[in-house]
Amino acid sequence: MNSRVRFTIQLSIEIIILCILLLLSIRYGANKNSNDTVMNAIFNYQSSNLDQQIIRQIRIPRVIGAALIGSALACSGALMQCVTKNPMADSGLLGINSGAALMLTMSFIFFPKLSTQQTTIFSVFGAALASILVFGLSSMKKAQLSPTILVLAGMAISAFFTALSEGLALISQLKQDLAFWHFGGISAVNWNQLIHLGPWVIGGLLVALLLTPNLNLLNLSDDSIQSLGKNINIIRSITLICVVILSGISVALVGAVAFVGLIIPHIAKFLVGADYRQVMPMTLILGANLTLCADLIARTINPPNETPFGIIISLVGVPFFIYLARKDNQRI
Amino acid sequence: MNIIETKNVCVSYEKKLTIHDLSIQIPKGQVTTLIGPNGSGKSTLIRTIAHLLHPCDGSVFLDSQNINQEKASDIAKKLAVLPQSSNTATDLTVKDLVTFGRIPYRKRFAPLSKLDHEKIDWAIERASLKDLQNRRLSTLSGGQRQRAWIAMAIAQDTDTIILDEPTTYLDLTHQLDVMLLIKELNEKEHRTIIMALHDLNHAARFSDQLIAIKKGVLQVSGPVQEVITKQNLRNIFNIDATIVNDHNKPLILTYNRWREGIAN
Repeated sequence: MNSRVRFTIQLSIEIIILCILLLLSIRYGANKNSNDTVMNAIFNYQSSNLDQQIIRQIRIPRVIGAALIGSALACSGALMQCVTKNPMADSGLLGINSGAALMLTMSFIFFPKLSTQQTTIFSVFGAALASILVFGLSSMKKAQLSPTILVLAGMAISAFFTALSEGLALISQLKQDLAFWHFGGISAVNWNQLIHLGPWVIGGLLVALLLTPNLNLLNLSDDSIQSLGKNINIIRSITLICVVILSGISVALVGAVAFVGLIIPHIAKFLVGADYRQVMPMTLILGANLTLCADLIARTINPPNETPFGIIISLVGVPFFIYLARKDNQRI
Repeated sequence: MNIIETKNVCVSYEKKLTIHDLSIQIPKGQVTTLIGPNGSGKSTLIRTIAHLLHPCDGSVFLDSQNINQEKASDIAKKLAVLPQSSNTATDLTVKDLVTFGRIPYRKRFAPLSKLDHEKIDWAIERASLKDLQNRRLSTLSGGQRQRAWIAMAIAQDTDTIILDEPTTYLDLTHQLDVMLLIKELNEKEHRTIIMALHDLNHAARFSDQLIAIKKGVLQVSGPVQEVITKQNLRNIFNIDATIVNDHNKPLILTYNRWREGIAN
């Protein structure tokens, strides 16, 4: 089959699934709603109706947030894998999430009265700090960036930052508050956060889509890219800024969720091939689908209690990843 | 006329001075091959004239213009480079790879022009890859893959093509295919070819000019017949070679390590 036709079909299927998941997520939860209530809440809102209020004020922002964060995490994973030429890379592995987590913990402890927007600035700053450290450490010795050294530096930084934030949390007795957030929970996302942070996430995702022709180019060696007249450092820097913004915001909103960034790009490649112009849109939609699905399960599995959706993702993600790795060794 | 000239070039790589005070001239429209032992600085020199390394002293001239004063994207329209490490397997298709060759000519976010499509198809045709153009590089043999990389350089549509050891890791048939393709580009399209080779018989058979370097210092340069001599090979490679004449090109039949007093 022509790759473009295949891509169009696959993407359409994923978008349909996305729409179904969005509607299901709005309808089902600790509080079950009828179709009519959902439709009225969206198109014919009456603020006196409690069910409609729940849908409008709590569930819709939460669902949109879950979708955006899923896209953001998957996107930053795809970008990292591409830039480091390492199929196992994601923003977690390279210490970027832990940098964000450390700064967040510090902001919780030292400035407990900050709003989410303000703590997000801390988080993005932490992500930036970690990536500067990781890339700085790994490019200290040679002019060329080696993927192996990069991952080693990332793991070292990640361990160091995680130790620091856990220690800080223990000392200040914040452990309990942070635990849920460590596993990833989406319950806190509200309209206010969405309005302030959503545009940044959408902006980051758009830049990532515009970057895709250059991402394909990263398949070549640095020498080859340079000999085509392209500046590889500019491509790397823009990609990295994108990753810092996307993962910084995601960590601030839902915590350090593992596996989305790692598996989704592989599933996308498995479905549409290696061309990033096709892989990236697939990655964004698939990432949203995975988090939506996990969040829906997290809310309905044991109502009215919430299961952290990060756990669900790991539960679904790990076996699927192993299956993929076994089925098609070459692509992973 | 010379297409590339270096004047008193010194290059240091990883803080070691690898090329000392090197001045060479590479004539336009000919095949010029760099020869020399491992670690002699062949790759460093190739990368320097390809604008991938910057000399710490001296200058490189492309078409009489100092290469350091030109924009990388302008150089990419005059000079295509096939680095040594390039022959790696990726999941891209042959056509994707060849399309990269058009990057120096493309405006940001613009689709491929009619000319781009023509040049890409023509490069694929030239490298005899028509039947393989939609295959992934990772599914091709080493020789086919190398032809794909050369096709990318062809699509770049430059007067000069630089290749760093294009036949490494290939069996002898595929080596020959690659060399014949390169020669054809020179003869039929009058492109200047600059390459580094280890196989001296390939160098002698397919080149017009040879440049021999050892430990970053120019040993000898000139037409093939003048460079491949018993005395020169002894100086450059420390070998005692038996050289015969084959169709007016020197051919090395066999060689031994040269030891003082033993060789005749």
